[in-house]
Amino acid sequence: MSRTENRARTENGARPEIAIRGLHKSFGANDVLRGIDLEIGQGEVVCVIGPSGSGKSTLLRCVNLLEEPTKGQVFVGGIEVTDPDVDIDAVRRRIGMVFQQFNLFPHLTVTENLTLPQRRVLRRGKAEAARVAAENLERVGLAEKADAYPSSLSGGQQQRVAIARALAMGPEVMLFDEPTSALDPELVGDVLAVMRMLAREGMTMMVVTHEMTFAREVADRVVFMDGGVVVEDGTPAQVIGDPQHERTRHFLSRLLDPAMAEVEEETSDQVGKDRE
Amino acid sequence: MTDTDTDLRVPPRKKGLTRRQKRGLSRGVQYAVFAAAVVALAVTADWDRLQNQFAQKDIARQMFPDVITMALKNTVLYTVSGFAVGLALGMVIALMRLSSVRPYRWVAGLYIEIFRGLPALLIFVFIGVAVPLAFPGTEIAGGTYGKVALALGLVAAAYMAETIRAGIQAVPKGQMEAARSLGFSPARAMVSIIIPQAFRIILPPLTNELVLLFKDSSLVLFLGVTLEERELTKFGRDLASTTANSTPILVAGLCYLLITVPLGFVVRRMEAKAQEAVK
Repeated sequence: MSRTENRARTENGARPEIAIRGLHKSFGANDVLRGIDLEIGQGEVVCVIGPSGSGKSTLLRCVNLLEEPTKGQVFVGGIEVTDPDVDIDAVRRRIGMVFQQFNLFPHLTVTENLTLPQRRVLRRGKAEAARVAAENLERVGLAEKADAYPSSLSGGQQQRVAIARALAMGPEVMLFDEPTSALDPELVGDVLAVMRMLAREGMTMMVVTHEMTFAREVADRVVFMDGGVVVEDGTPAQVIGDPQHERTRHFLSRLLDPAMAEVEEETSDQVGKDRE
Repeated sequence: MTDTDTDLRVPPRKKGLTRRQKRGLSRGVQYAVFAAAVVALAVTADWDRLQNQFAQKDIARQMFPDVITMALKNTVLYTVSGFAVGLALGMVIALMRLSSVRPYRWVAGLYIEIFRGLPALLIFVFIGVAVPLAFPGTEIAGGTYGKVALALGLVAAAYMAETIRAGIQAVPKGQMEAARSLGFSPARAMVSIIIPQAFRIILPPLTNELVLLFKDSSLVLFLGVTLEERELTKFGRDLASTTANSTPILVAGLCYLLITVPLGFVVRRMEAKAQEAVK
């Protein structure tokens, strides 16, 4: 289906799950991404942080080609997504995506939201699709909402259904585009808890987020972007705990003033309780 | 002007009526005018003549059961078949209008402009007269039923295409993105995700279109139809001229209202419900 010679490899020979090379993206005269190089290994959780307008969401959307890069290459699971001849629908089946606005299908019940893509895209049988749907609703703790319509769910529940819908397709990689930004503060914890569970299970995750507590505790790496380039890339302790660049320090100080930090601690406690 | 008193006390009562009194007077006048109009109508109208012309019981009785089993049945049949043709064609044109292929957009735009700009009657004449004249020997499948379905469908498609396009565009962009990121192809996402949602949005205007078509089906009058193919308006007119009485027209009119009034009620209910859902 796809060209095998177009494989990306890291120096040590292990194949990164996501590899981004020299990525540029412009909207008209507006250069949103100006040369991004990034690799994400299998099972790695990478949080992308940065001020709004820094291009982090665009970068994420370039990974599954919701945005067409202007220049550069993107590899997912060794397949070049940016190859014009690639079967993009086939690649996207392996990449789960979670949106800020959930984007559940409002005319379908929760279960149908999970079964329809499996049946239409993966051509799974009715019984198998239903079984996988039930399994994944169970995973996100919403088995009892199977027959509800999305409009009757809270934002946090909708987002967990959206995660379950992506998981039901059996993705190798999950992309999260500010998954908690549209939620009321008290609902953020449940969604983050599901994401923690996924991270523990070894899912490869790329997460655009403003949740610094989540980034600090769950991410293997934190990438700070500003002005369409990667400014800093390292462990949470390095990037959040000991930022080397002025732009990073400025961004973090505005985000993590002491009052805010306390609020974040509380939310993370809440997460622990909610999981019980 | 000279007296610029800024005192906030209640201003001295002006001469004349208070606001409440004025409102009461205005309403009283309106009722008086209405009552006068009713009385004038009752006095001046020639009730015997009216009853003779419009409410002859034996003529009305003579119309049954044909007015229902034939005329109303044909009206419904013409309308439904025209609606089906219009919906199918309108869907194709709406998708062409949204296509990334420019010539498709042009053709769809041209179609919509032409068929919205022409009287429906002209289309009927075109199908009934011009086509048989230009291509003698060609037969439109289904005879009169086929012709009516085609004529009504061609007109309805132009309006429905615009409605459907608006409905598709009203579905949030995130729905297509979510479908594509799950691996749906553009066509499959359109069919499984976008169009079902668009139809929920446009159900009220589509039902309205059905009401309009129901009335437009009376244009069959201008196609040559056999006795058994007559619908309400032609049936009523024919009987009115043979009996030299207007009662059949009134009965035909009531038959239309029998369908259009409940449909209108359904549309308003759906619109109210849609409003509710937005909140």
